[in-house]
Amino acid sequence: MTKQAPRFPEELKRKLRDRFNQDWRKEIRKEIGIKERIKIERVEMPENDPMERIKGFFEVNKGYTPEMAMAEARRCMDCANPTCVLGCPVSIDIPTFVKLIEKGDFIGAVKVIKETNSLPAVCGRVCPQEDQCEGNCTYVKMGKKPVAIGHLERFAADYERQAGEVEIPEIKVKKGKKVAIVGAGPAGLTAAGELAKMGYDVTIFEALHEPGGVLMYGIPEFRLPKAILRQELDYLKRLGVKIITDFVVGKTATIEELKEEGYEAFFIGSGAGAPWFLGLPGEELNGIYSANEYLTRVNLMRAFEFPEYDTPIPRGKRVAVIGAGNTAMDAVRTAKRLGAEHAMIVYRRSRAEMPARIEEIKHAEEEGIEFIFLTNPRRFIGDENGWVKQMECVKMELGEPDASGRRRPVPIPGSEFLMDVDIVIIAIGTKPNPLIPQTTPGLKLKKWGEIEVNWDSMETSIPGIFAGGDIVRGGATVILAMGDGRKAAYQIDKYLSGKRD
Amino acid sequence: MYRIVFNRPIAERIKYMRVVAPFIARKRKPGNFIILIPDEKGERIPLTIVDSDPNQGTIDLIYQEVGTSTFKLGLKKEGDYLYRIVGPLGRPTHIEKFGTVVAIGGGVGIAPLYPIARGMKEAGNRIVTILGARNKGLIILEKEMASISDDLRVWTDDGSYGKKGLVTHGLQELIDEGLKIDMVLAIGPAIMMKFVEKMAAEHNLPIIVSLNPIMVDGTGMCGACRVVVGGKIKFACVDGPEFDGHQVDFDNLILRLKAYRKYERESLERFASFYPELKDYIMGGVR
Repeated sequence: MTKQAPRFPEELKRKLRDRFNQDWRKEIRKEIGIKERIKIERVEMPENDPMERIKGFFEVNKGYTPEMAMAEARRCMDCANPTCVLGCPVSIDIPTFVKLIEKGDFIGAVKVIKETNSLPAVCGRVCPQEDQCEGNCTYVKMGKKPVAIGHLERFAADYERQAGEVEIPEIKVKKGKKVAIVGAGPAGLTAAGELAKMGYDVTIFEALHEPGGVLMYGIPEFRLPKAILRQELDYLKRLGVKIITDFVVGKTATIEELKEEGYEAFFIGSGAGAPWFLGLPGEELNGIYSANEYLTRVNLMRAFEFPEYDTPIPRGKRVAVIGAGNTAMDAVRTAKRLGAEHAMIVYRRSRAEMPARIEEIKHAEEEGIEFIFLTNPRRFIGDENGWVKQMECVKMELGEPDASGRRRPVPIPGSEFLMDVDIVIIAIGTKPNPLIPQTTPGLKLKKWGEIEVNWDSMETSIPGIFAGGDIVRGGATVILAMGDGRKAAYQIDKYLSGKRD
Repeated sequence: MYRIVFNRPIAERIKYMRVVAPFIARKRKPGNFIILIPDEKGERIPLTIVDSDPNQGTIDLIYQEVGTSTFKLGLKKEGDYLYRIVGPLGRPTHIEKFGTVVAIGGGVGIAPLYPIARGMKEAGNRIVTILGARNKGLIILEKEMASISDDLRVWTDDGSYGKKGLVTHGLQELIDEGLKIDMVLAIGPAIMMKFVEKMAAEHNLPIIVSLNPIMVDGTGMCGACRVVVGGKIKFACVDGPEFDGHQVDFDNLILRLKAYRKYERESLERFASFYPELKDYIMGGVR
């Protein structure tokens, strides 16, 4: 994807400027001078001890206390040109919420976040802030640690939740029009929330038996507790969003059939649910999993509580995870928690190219995850029961940069070696789930089956059907999916109210 | 929640369940399956839809009590509920007029065979049916299969019913009789399908099989159900469950079906301990 030149849309620029000039903001800026603010050290996130946390699935980060949050918020220089906002896919008014935290108005802060982000407790935990808001922080340009915007977002959302009933915004007008959302993942949930706030009658159709999409089946408890997801879902339900689980759009009913039921617009957020395999000999052996299957068994089906829960998961001693993204980190850290003596990341590139969030890599290292770089599997070898016992690997070296800008790994001839393994987890990415495209005639697709959209409107080749998230992007992040859902919601509103140019 | 209309034994350890699931009843076609979860702590297990009534909004399922999930189903009574059902899943059977179709069902595999054979019959095919099981008590749906078959022959391993022998003996018999076979349809244990396929290959007969690998989500998301077909990995849930039998790596399927044996036994022993009076019955089915 090409990077867009950072630029504030006029409307956002005006909002940021107006708030920047409000009296309370001026007061706060006056209270502490910039020189003083720069001297404050970044407040690090308190974490549970690595040796303790690998014994269970409880959350690693403990969260800021109000004092810690206010101290961290004081570091923010309240820049007149807040580039952090440009780094946010949903354009959260970051300086305003941070300064409200500094002021001690935590509920005010969360209200500002929720203007553009309906799942702040999730984003504060799973966004790659270093590539987004925090990566754009002025402190980074000064060679210092950025303001911990992610930790502050998480703090505000958690504070509101712990303070009691989360406030529901007033829904002014009922539009009396039905919108169907396909998939209860980050894109669909966001689109649903926005549309419900505008007064639409919104129903989400979810294929699995629990809503949440990747937030439910993919991201483990220790990174995103399910209780938090459940509360975010409750919030949506209180906004009036209906969620129908166990309903596979394309199978249980097609989009065409839902149209007959009175749905006037659609948002497809069905995700990149189909795992890539390596295509190597022996990949069909037992003990070799897609990260999707491994994580689904553990997170959604609660196999870590087997035999209390019926779905099993083998507890490997030597677990190799192929890949180095966030999903790979989730899988390898899960394996560690399930008792692996050696929980290993096997990655064909080097440390510098790992796509995972910095925090996940740090946590993985603390937990004793082994990283085997510049190494790629060649084939898998099974025992007499068809269970994987060894993996033949080859050492790699980095050559010229490829299309992604990362240096291409090249095998070193003659460097093959055998590695003993009893579980292998393939975490090299996913491709779009084909069910909707297969059953929706006329939907234009891209190379790997991603749905083609007009990026300005998120509308597909079929009028009234919009799409976003991984079904369009082919494997991106939670926040980009949410950004798409939000953008599509506004376009759906325009479409349904006849306000399109 | 999905209400159970009835749930009754039709053979030794094999039960027939009718459940209210109106959306699925309306959409299902021969060859489709559902995924169900018996209760809140249950697994997701696939079962073929044997029959449906779109007017009543019900679907019919047949299962053999072999593990925790199926024993949980077996204990459900009329008026009880299933925690979840989702479907219809999988590609429906490709039905066309082939001519003479030999429909071979082994054991509980007769259940998925029935709707497909019926679809083939309705498309104008001549149906010659071979039903096989270990013994008489395990033959199911004989009456239903007879109603859509032009010829039906039963084979049992122990000779307690029909002829003594395996379904492959049945197929050999038809070949020896000089029957012109346009398509073989074989559903049953993987080992049975493997040997039927082998015989079909020797006689250059096309064959469709329906595979029953372990599944989790059933919508193409996890890859648990991957099978090797024509040297390539396919997902039975979205690419199947029916495949050209000549392309299937049955040995791999057989190994993959055994992947969780140890856990299945552990789970079942735990389950049986909650039902002391049924313990012998439950553990008696473990092979």
